[in-house]
Amino acid sequence: MEQKLILSPAPHLHGEQSTEQIMRAVIYALLPACAVSIYFFGLPALRVLVLCTLGCVLAEIGCQKLMRRPAAWRDGSAALTGVLLALNLPPASPWWLALLGAAVAIVVGKQVYGGLGHNPFNPALVARVVLLISFPVQMTTWSAPTPLGAGLDLVTTATPLGEAKNAVMLSGRLPEALQNSSWDYFIGNMGGCLGEVSALALLLGAAYLFWKRILTWHIPLSYLGSVVVIAGIFWLVDPSRYPSPLFHLLTGGLMLGVFFMATDMVTSPVTPRGMLVFGVGCGLLTVLIRLFGGYPEGVSFAILLMNAATPLIDRFTRPRAFGEAPARVSGRQGAP
Amino acid sequence: MMKKLKTFRGGLHPSEHKEQTAHLAIEDCPLPEELVIPLSQHIGAPAEACVAKGERVAKGQLIGRARGFVSVPVHASTSGEVLAVEARPHPSGKLLPAVVLRPDGEDAWGEAPASVADYRELGAEELCERIRAAGVVGLGGAAFPTHVKLSPPPEKPIHTLLINGVECEPYLTADHRLMLEETARLLAGIDILRRALGARRVCIGIEANKPDAIARLEEACRGTDVEVATLAVKYPQGAEKQLISALVGREVPSGGLPMDLGVVVQNVGTAAAVADAVLAGKPLIERVTTLTGSALARPGNLRVRIGTPLRHLVAWRGGLTGELAKILCGGPMMGAAQLSLDVPVVRGTSGVLLLREGDVELRRESACIRCGRCVRACPSFLMPTTIAAYARLERFEAAEQFRAMDCIECGCCTYICPAAIPLVQAVRHAKLAILARRRKL
Repeated sequence: MEQKLILSPAPHLHGEQSTEQIMRAVIYALLPACAVSIYFFGLPALRVLVLCTLGCVLAEIGCQKLMRRPAAWRDGSAALTGVLLALNLPPASPWWLALLGAAVAIVVGKQVYGGLGHNPFNPALVARVVLLISFPVQMTTWSAPTPLGAGLDLVTTATPLGEAKNAVMLSGRLPEALQNSSWDYFIGNMGGCLGEVSALALLLGAAYLFWKRILTWHIPLSYLGSVVVIAGIFWLVDPSRYPSPLFHLLTGGLMLGVFFMATDMVTSPVTPRGMLVFGVGCGLLTVLIRLFGGYPEGVSFAILLMNAATPLIDRFTRPRAFGEAPARVSGRQGAP
Repeated sequence: MMKKLKTFRGGLHPSEHKEQTAHLAIEDCPLPEELVIPLSQHIGAPAEACVAKGERVAKGQLIGRARGFVSVPVHASTSGEVLAVEARPHPSGKLLPAVVLRPDGEDAWGEAPASVADYRELGAEELCERIRAAGVVGLGGAAFPTHVKLSPPPEKPIHTLLINGVECEPYLTADHRLMLEETARLLAGIDILRRALGARRVCIGIEANKPDAIARLEEACRGTDVEVATLAVKYPQGAEKQLISALVGREVPSGGLPMDLGVVVQNVGTAAAVADAVLAGKPLIERVTTLTGSALARPGNLRVRIGTPLRHLVAWRGGLTGELAKILCGGPMMGAAQLSLDVPVVRGTSGVLLLREGDVELRRESACIRCGRCVRACPSFLMPTTIAAYARLERFEAAEQFRAMDCIECGCCTYICPAAIPLVQAVRHAKLAILARRRKL
């Protein structure tokens, strides 16, 4: 009997959530956004989703075989990268663009660093930016949403952010119509990447992750807050030239970025204070790139730049250890 | 109205598993065939055996002399014959010197313990000496000699005595039952401790999951200036520094002791043992402990003689049900896994857990996904994942810069880690290496 006793060290109990469960929950949280993208863009959107997810998982398996590392693709992180990548691509993406993106995300964005947990940059964003710079035409060919339509409206349309940028560059003024379509932006009735369209669907998913305690408020709140404040300042200065904070919130990849890309655990700080710094940095860079950069959209670049700063942020935001500073009141009141 | 509960920052709430034993009254465990009384049951120098093989001893007789100030004497838990003084399995996992005793069944005291007419007439030093001579140590688990905590240097006067009735470890209910059933003894012990320290403020901290104990103590303390504070149910609420932070609102300085804030913390079981020591002259030869877990037929809260082998407890409680996978002395968060049922109950044994395979899932470690849960759960506000990473790279100076030495080893980080990384174990490794290096310098 006693030969089989387990002698592991304390603690002998463990929490419920494992890495696999976290990855799976995030994928579930993205399903509403996937559904909306299929609703507006039809089968091509589904095709991009399937190609990216399969591509990422296969690339992960291939890398792990090649490097003779344990087959850890079951942890769900590669599939999650695939879904996130798909949500960052235009609905009309050709098949080779989706597969190339998947390979770049997993091989260049993740496995070369040692796999899950070791990549400094968000793999899906690495792939998106590589594709955006290499294939600008395919990456900015937008389709108008056609609810429940069979195919894509090949008459391409512009994203609201792109329209705004063009108008300001040409005439120095924002087009009137843009500012009055908030409801369409909110539900996703506009041009853009699969996952850029519906703020509502993304918020639903985020609410699920908050409920599961996978998301904490730090990064989303500081990111959204800084976008509102900084965009708000510009808007107050010259509303004819700079769009309102609401427009910034509902267009482009902001919601996707705030709740699903910037909050990627591996590439964001671990300290609560660091998360706030990270979020504010993302917000600041996003608005500056949108208003003054060469690209209409700045979320990807902003998050990648802050990813690079993450180790530094962690180092400088180490919490004060218990009893470290001259003693101060720490007895917090908590509700039962 | 929701009452605001006092608490500390960080920590977590593991499932409590207390329902098996929380309602069970304390029962006296019968004497075993053989008692194994280790000479080291406390933090500090082990006691020195002062009996030899073949000698007959009376109940309460001194069998191990204290060596030095941070040490306590050891007494015979019953009357009987000394079978051996030899190395025996100890809950620490080592073989350590112990006095092996065969009870004669008489259970007879030597000289009748000297009781005291009125302890209020005794001075602080006299109280302290009686507590030391009775071998009283912290019964919450750490087993630190109580008289040492009661003898602060003159430049650090104690104004606050906190009584720890938190019992935040899952499964354990011994302190809970003690507060309910032995309220008078507990309060007498608290008064003695307070007089020995000269403390002005006395506060008993209890987690909100023991409303009956809170009500009982509130009633017993009505009209006195002893406070009873209800604390949020959160682990490690009962850790010394976290309890002080919750009840006093100040942090014990890093590397310092509670006395630096003028505070002393004593466990409820310790207070009851102090009452026995001073009022009845009885040494610490028994304690209340929780025997529980899914592999045990009849769990319970037991009053056990020090030195009773676990095997005897299990047999008395109807034996095992199902395959035994893990034996723990202490709670599941900080307790130690045992090699066999031959180890005895010692003074620091706050509980004994017998777990089946289903309760002790062995998880495969995977890579850190930097979720930051360990950082948010750490009640010492450390970055466990960072310290552990440095420890594994043997970069101990970096681990020290990230305040590894402030870790209280509560295990919250390992508990919460979704990648099943043994974080607290790695931090412990770093602490040992840092200490070893400091000694060399």
